[in-house]
Amino acid sequence: MASDDAAVGAGVIHDIGYQRYAGPRLGRRHVVTALYLHSLRTAFGLGRSAAAKIFPGIVVGVAFAAAVVLVAVRSQAGGVIPYTYLQFIDGLGIPLIVFLAVIAPELVSRDLRSRVLPLYFSRPLRRSDYALAKLAATVSAVWLLLAGPLLLIFLGGAFSRSGGASAVWREFTDFLGGLGYAAMTAVVLGAFAVPLASLASRRAIAAVVIVVGFVATAPVIGVVNAIGGATAQQLSPLVNPATLLTGLEAWIYRDEKLDVGRYGPLYLLVAVALVTACGAALIARYRKVTV
Amino acid sequence: MPPLIQTQSLTMRYPSALALDALTVEVEPGVVGLVGANGAGKSTLIKILLGLLQPTAGSVRVLGLDPARDAEAIRARVGYMPEHSSLPLDMVAAEFVTHMARISGLPRAAARERASEALRHVGLYEERYRQIGGYSTGMRQRVALAQALVHDPDLLLLDEPTNGLDPAGRDAMLGLVERIGADFGMSVLVCSHLLGEVERICESLVAIDAGRLLRADRVASMTRRRDVLVVEVDEGVERLAAHLDELGVAVRRSGRELLVPLESDDTFDLIMRAVAGLGLPLHRLGQRRHGIVELFADTSAGRAVEYAQEADHGIG
Repeated sequence: MASDDAAVGAGVIHDIGYQRYAGPRLGRRHVVTALYLHSLRTAFGLGRSAAAKIFPGIVVGVAFAAAVVLVAVRSQAGGVIPYTYLQFIDGLGIPLIVFLAVIAPELVSRDLRSRVLPLYFSRPLRRSDYALAKLAATVSAVWLLLAGPLLLIFLGGAFSRSGGASAVWREFTDFLGGLGYAAMTAVVLGAFAVPLASLASRRAIAAVVIVVGFVATAPVIGVVNAIGGATAQQLSPLVNPATLLTGLEAWIYRDEKLDVGRYGPLYLLVAVALVTACGAALIARYRKVTV
Repeated sequence: MPPLIQTQSLTMRYPSALALDALTVEVEPGVVGLVGANGAGKSTLIKILLGLLQPTAGSVRVLGLDPARDAEAIRARVGYMPEHSSLPLDMVAAEFVTHMARISGLPRAAARERASEALRHVGLYEERYRQIGGYSTGMRQRVALAQALVHDPDLLLLDEPTNGLDPAGRDAMLGLVERIGADFGMSVLVCSHLLGEVERICESLVAIDAGRLLRADRVASMTRRRDVLVVEVDEGVERLAAHLDELGVAVRRSGRELLVPLESDDTFDLIMRAVAGLGLPLHRLGQRRHGIVELFADTSAGRAVEYAQEADHGIG
């Protein structure tokens, strides 16, 4: 052993053996943030195989392509066409649902399927923390998906608009309004999709459940619009998360595209209730899940 | 130092079954084997220790803490390797173990460093940047072990770590567990339905059956004076048994073999003289070293526990 000691003394260490960890152990907030950031990266396929990047890549590509087209058209028209931030978000309805049907199962169903939850829940991470971190990551991913192209539209608009600083300022407030609507969209659609995804451990099934969840109530609105009275037509969009958002936007931004009559506050109330109920359902789901 | 694990009348009742039945046991730090047949309640006990399950009745303490109240404090100091493979196959091993270290509360840089170290200690240093899906069963088990010890826990809970491994893989995994206990300064609770497998690497054993404690003791005190001599003769087993009985030897029949407790070196001579005196053809006279299995011979767990290996030192 003397020769070993001499080697260590001389600073030549070949195998340092096992070292105990004496550094800091951070608390709950750090742990939840780490899971949130990891999940947000996963949503876009970062840190994953090439195959996992395909679908998010396509949707991101579609969103930016649409923004580029819009920027080009607006610069040609001199910034007078009315199709801007809010309409852009509404126009991405189908790609958004596809995006959610891809990322929500990627974030929650995969963990169920690979049985990795026991590894999470045997660490200083509460079950509700896990559920909320996954929900927050999904909402953030949807918001980022919208905010990127919106920023592109803003930059394009700001540089092509004539009319000086006041025109750029108006463009900027429109842009902020767009970011706000993007946030509402992300929260409502994300909160609706994640609990649905958490029901199935197979990603394909979870994706189908999400798509069905989004379109199941659409025929109701169609039927009511065809045969119902004015009040029924003003209320029917409440039953579908996508049309609920359109109604909410019509009320908050005084948009003419959907007539919600005097039921605007009801749209807000239903949206808040939906998000709260979905969040509670998700937490309940993970409280029940056996590990 | 408080006991590693302490349970008092711990009971866990599922709607259809009683998994733990008033289990009272105290475990000292070290490498501890938790043995019992499948369904004996081993996994249930581990999940209660982690605070993943709430017991129906009774109390439990892990590292001096109560899982019902301080589950998070316990989980920060405990590493867990579940029974079934539970890894995201499309992730790179180094990234996965780093992520798990961060979920245990390690800062980013430390998590990365400890993940590399943990993978090195389990023998996956060269392969750590490959996807887990491309690994063999043995390598996946080692990733599962690496994620359990990446945050340098005080206690490792390993649920059937040799599950699904071939004999060479089993030996490698057991060697690793033994080394963790000896060199890493961690206590390890290792679950197995194979008594022969864990008794080699453990300092103490807890045997449970149908949720009840069979025995908990140090391996050394279990094996002491428990060695037996195995006598096999080609004919006249009954006559030899009767003769030894007359000589006051506690002889036991086991198939064609006679088992005699090895009290001292004289026992050999005694049996040799008895066999020679009766003129019987001696087939085998051997010493069975690891006698723990004998302790459970009369219980259902004893029957269920496999004889993984017996060290026979035959002279016949």
